[in-house]
Amino acid sequence: MSEHVENSTPAGTGTDRVKRGMAEQLKGGVIMDVVDAAQARIAEDAGAVAVMALERVPADIRAQGGIARMSDPDMIDGIIAAVSIPVMAKARIGHFVEARVLESLGVDYIDESEVLSPADEAHHIVKSDFTVPFVCGATDLGEALRRISEGAAMIRSKGEAGTGNVVEATRHMRAIRAGIRRLSTLDETELYVAAKELRAPHDLVLEVARTGKLPTVLFTAGGIATPADAAMMMQLGADGVFVGSGIFKSGDPAQRAAAIVQATTFHDDPSVIAKVSRGLGEAMVGINISTLPADQRFADRGW
Amino acid sequence: MSAPRIGVLALQGDVREHRAVLEAQGARTSPVRRPEELEGLDGLVLPGGESTTIAKLAHRWGLLEPLRAAVRGGLPAYGSCAGMILLADRLLDAPEDQQTIGGLDVTVRRNAFGRQVDSFESEVDVAGVPGGPVHAVFIRAPWVEEAGAGVQVLGRVCGGPADGRIVAVRQGSVVATSFHPELTGDTRLHRLFVELVRAAA
Repeated sequence: MSEHVENSTPAGTGTDRVKRGMAEQLKGGVIMDVVDAAQARIAEDAGAVAVMALERVPADIRAQGGIARMSDPDMIDGIIAAVSIPVMAKARIGHFVEARVLESLGVDYIDESEVLSPADEAHHIVKSDFTVPFVCGATDLGEALRRISEGAAMIRSKGEAGTGNVVEATRHMRAIRAGIRRLSTLDETELYVAAKELRAPHDLVLEVARTGKLPTVLFTAGGIATPADAAMMMQLGADGVFVGSGIFKSGDPAQRAAAIVQATTFHDDPSVIAKVSRGLGEAMVGINISTLPADQRFADRGW
Repeated sequence: MSAPRIGVLALQGDVREHRAVLEAQGARTSPVRRPEELEGLDGLVLPGGESTTIAKLAHRWGLLEPLRAAVRGGLPAYGSCAGMILLADRLLDAPEDQQTIGGLDVTVRRNAFGRQVDSFESEVDVAGVPGGPVHAVFIRAPWVEEAGAGVQVLGRVCGGPADGRIVAVRQGSVVATSFHPELTGDTRLHRLFVELVRAAA
């Protein structure tokens, strides 16, 4: 655990420890995308550790196209009022005003998300300026460390949201974990070049090399649709799971949500995963990544 | 006795941090996700996490009754944050159907300090912990609204809008804190609990 405390206000709110510590409490849990209060209650009843409030799930953003933005504050208020678990919400990459609005609404975490249309093609939000903590997506270790240097208190692998296809989540989890393992094999001299190659701050590269882990939790996201998908990502080293379209685009959302929660907790027990996978009905229809045109690949958004 | 065996409820939450601190205090730890994993334990830790999730998983996997029986039977237990909620006999601001293990004659209010933007760090004097105040991290934390006659209040918030609120309690061999000593590197509360487990074994 990192000892430094930055950005400390007199009341001790908004510190790195409080922001990262919040994400530590979500470990081993499932965070579910919801678009209204009724879905939020289903998620809470199923055992979600948090919900992500958004206007359209990624699969619908793909299908309908157009610009995807922060949700209506009324909708977010309705979800906050409906559940007692933490509520997260998405802001566009670089859209610091959407983030301030979400902070003022009292959301517990902001996802600066590639699933929405980017508002800035060069700069991400300076997240350390905020009291509310942020989660950001990453496809590799360098991207994760750039986000942490901007103040992200939680990292999730990006995957390819709204596809129901876990292959990109697997690629990104493996890339991040391999990046961490590689750093731990380098000596102090080599870490300077490693930081240059990763395009990441040297102090964070040094910290990862010494501790063998990110300074924040590492969750997974983007394409998880089944209990076995969730369990596989946990076995690949994820601290927890985001499920977007996979639940409410399936045949029986309540049952599938509860099954994914249980498969995440018992990710190392195939008999449990088998038990909860029975009779779940239709999974969401998936998309082969190779059929996606380049401008439809959300994971390429963010820099 | 040799190293005491302390189980950490491992359905969800910051299990890893508790295990690391307990092992540094000389305890052996094991994760508890199934009823049979309670056998042979000298103590039990209920970690921070999302209390609704932990309670639902415990219920679904037949763990609630065995946990209740263990705590009722005198197994020393320590809960931080969500763990405090799980050890409370009564809850406020919880979903109607939220179940607890119980064992502490207290009424606990969930998310009592507010939402995540209100989460904070502060110093708390804890009775029985020598060496000055404990650096306490409160994350969407509960507090003890009311404590029964048999409950010893170990610590209260000092200053700020929640001045005087009860955030650390003990009843017999059951201890609970609203805050997360497992996140700070201050090992004194865990050391206190390991000593309590040794004394009870």
